[in-house]
Amino acid sequence: MPTLTIDGKTITVEPGTNLIQAAEKLGIAIPYYCYHPGLSIAGNCRICLVKMEKSPKPIIACQTLCQEGMVVDASSPEVGKLRQAVLEFLLINHPLDCPVCDQAGECWLQDYYMEFGLYDPKFNEQKVKKHFKATPIGPTVTLDSERCILCSRCVRFTDEISKTHELGIFDRGDHSEIGIYPGKELRNNYSGNVVDICPVGALTDRDFRFKCRVWYLTSTDSICPGCSNGCNIQIHVNRERPHHAKGERVMRLKPRYNAEVNQWWMCDAGRYGYKFIDKDRILIPERREGSLFKEEEWEKLLGSLASSIAALFERYEQNALGICLSPQLSNEDLFMAKKFFEEQLGLPQITVLSPSPEGDQDDFLIKSDKNPNTRGALALGLSKVSFEEIIQRIQKGKIKGLYLFGQDLLALLGESKAKEIFGKLELIIFQGSNQNATSKLAHVVLPSATYAEKDGTFTNHAGRVQRFWKALEPLGQSLPDGEILRRLASEMGTLLEFETPEAIFEDLAQSIAAFRGLSYASLGQEGKLLPDGGKVVARAVRHEKEDSRE
Amino acid sequence: MSTKVMHHRPLNFWERIYVPEVARGLWVTSRHFARNLFIHTAHRLGLLKHLQAAVTIQYPEEVRPYAERLRTRHRLTQREDGSPRCVACMMCETVCPAKCIYIVAEEDPDPNIEKRPKSFDIDLGVCVYCGYCVEVCPEDAIRMDTKIMNIASYSREGMWYNMDRLLHPEKEGDVLLKPKT
Ligand code: SF4
Ligand code: SF4
Ligand code: SF4
Ligand code: SF4
Ligand code: FES
Repeated sequence: MPTLTIDGKTITVEPGTNLIQAAEKLGIAIPYYCYHPGLSIAGNCRICLVKMEKSPKPIIACQTLCQEGMVVDASSPEVGKLRQAVLEFLLINHPLDCPVCDQAGECWLQDYYMEFGLYDPKFNEQKVKKHFKATPIGPTVTLDSERCILCSRCVRFTDEISKTHELGIFDRGDHSEIGIYPGKELRNNYSGNVVDICPVGALTDRDFRFKCRVWYLTSTDSICPGCSNGCNIQIHVNRERPHHAKGERVMRLKPRYNAEVNQWWMCDAGRYGYKFIDKDRILIPERREGSLFKEEEWEKLLGSLASSIAALFERYEQNALGICLSPQLSNEDLFMAKKFFEEQLGLPQITVLSPSPEGDQDDFLIKSDKNPNTRGALALGLSKVSFEEIIQRIQKGKIKGLYLFGQDLLALLGESKAKEIFGKLELIIFQGSNQNATSKLAHVVLPSATYAEKDGTFTNHAGRVQRFWKALEPLGQSLPDGEILRRLASEMGTLLEFETPEAIFEDLAQSIAAFRGLSYASLGQEGKLLPDGGKVVARAVRHEKEDSRE
Repeated sequence: MSTKVMHHRPLNFWERIYVPEVARGLWVTSRHFARNLFIHTAHRLGLLKHLQAAVTIQYPEEVRPYAERLRTRHRLTQREDGSPRCVACMMCETVCPAKCIYIVAEEDPDPNIEKRPKSFDIDLGVCVYCGYCVEVCPEDAIRMDTKIMNIASYSREGMWYNMDRLLHPEKEGDVLLKPKT
């Protein structure tokens, strides 16, 4: 283990640590562009220059591995001069685009210029014009090669991470330019990541383009609900200027580093899958009378719903209400549902039904299960019966009421079959955040909040329980699913008194063996594996698989 | 804080008996009245133009000359083809302390311009005329040099100036009061 000195501070590091990483451990920030902890070392931008004793020339920190006895100067004024010169060189052909550049405000050129630059430009020659100005190079990314500093991060990403090899550096000298191989376009499942890693505004996001300035955004840590991988993300919200994107609040999602889950990356489906938070939302509780929907107050609607459910139980029996919970719900919401439907009402016909069919998967991040909390639902032991059984019982006339959590049965079963089933039901309750064909046929529509509008946890495919935070207020009159159930329970004369999602989770961790010992505090930012290593759950998954084969 | 005690000059005998002071005041007022009446009448007849009558400016018939640097109603400057110079960088919107600038950006078909405002509104009912927006603009796209001061409206919405009104202050020229030059 080499011991070295950086700026007079001594540190011992693992072999194979480079100077940037060692300095970071000491709280010394060495600037870098081309270095990225998730990519191979290129060592071409030269901004990370440092001085080292016994070395005749400055060296680059990213490609220099720590050796015993090194004495490094990473912050003196002379080193600052070196970086200033490198910066001036990098900016020779750079256009003055900041006013129209989406990167402005989070641009590493701007940041390092303010830190090390501040020079009088000495370059009087004509700037070299490049080929690509505001050119889309794929469905998600726009290229401006004049802004590029040729750090090759994006090229290395497509070579090493997505392994799709679309990008390259073409031509020589100061005519060098980032470009796309002939006949190709930047189209892969992870293309959006090149925008994140481009330190400047050369690669910008077509979806985010000109929607909002980055300094208007506030960021909240969250978990992507796009599949069971549970990539750690940040939700970027524009609260200040609602006029910018026609009132849409969520402007973009960005991946958040988690060594165990997604490292620095996320897939495009997840990245652009946030639109439902602001589009086609159900805003007001409604009751259908004939073909007309009537908006109603929460209290009134839940009151009348409680008596409809009670009447249903009276006419038939407890078996007559089927519950289709969703693996899109958080552990907390599902636990509330368990308490209410299973323990308090004693309903036997409960299943967990995914609102979407299985999709594609790969050997990197994308999982075929497009729900964030299937493992959580299994660990909570919520699937009492299979969905097919519920359908059969409806067809036999045994189930007369159906409580759906966002699923669109018309899409899942086909229109004719779904309508046939609906024809046999006396009470269809739809609780969900977004409108769909089924919500339009339900008798009672309860608007629920999306994951971005509440606190909670999801359990990913590997049994990792991860926390997500509330980024926004629920839109319209929508409420978190757990809160709707709490209010409905009190209308039905039972009690589900929990103040916060944290209190729910506390109770959950006490009463459900699989979650024992977990708490919001212990989950932290990175989440924690289910304490039994997910063994119980793994068995449950197998059981479930066998079920569906039958 | 220290208290400053003010000592007034005690009134003398003539002031204290009151009547002479009243007469003096009447005299000053009447003198100005007579002089102004005379000079204004003379001005009407085209005479004695070199003498100034009352210092009062007869607004709105007469408008005081404005200082060059005075901040007046905003305008958006134009490129040669009449399109706005503004590139919707949002600097002014960001700096505005009254938060009364509302810009929506869109793609410009010319990739060398790239970005332009789709809409640009200023709520002048809220603006505090600080001039920060002008100062911060990197494109010299917004100025406060129209010399238009009489902005009034019967409704709050009427104080809302859209891109067209900001680009073409001259369209409202007939209702403007401009200083005589
Ligand atoms: S890349 Fe950075 S420095 Fe260059 S124009 Fe964009 S914001 Fe400005
Ligand atoms: S486009 Fe961005 S990431 Fe790619 S080489 Fe240029 S600066 Fe680096
Ligand atoms: S003058 Fe001041 S308050 Fe008025 S629009 Fe400009 S920045 Fe805003
Ligand atoms: S600062 Fe200038 S260029 Fe930028 S948005 Fe305002 S007026 Fe337009
Ligand atoms: S970060 Fe070291 S050379 Fe680019």
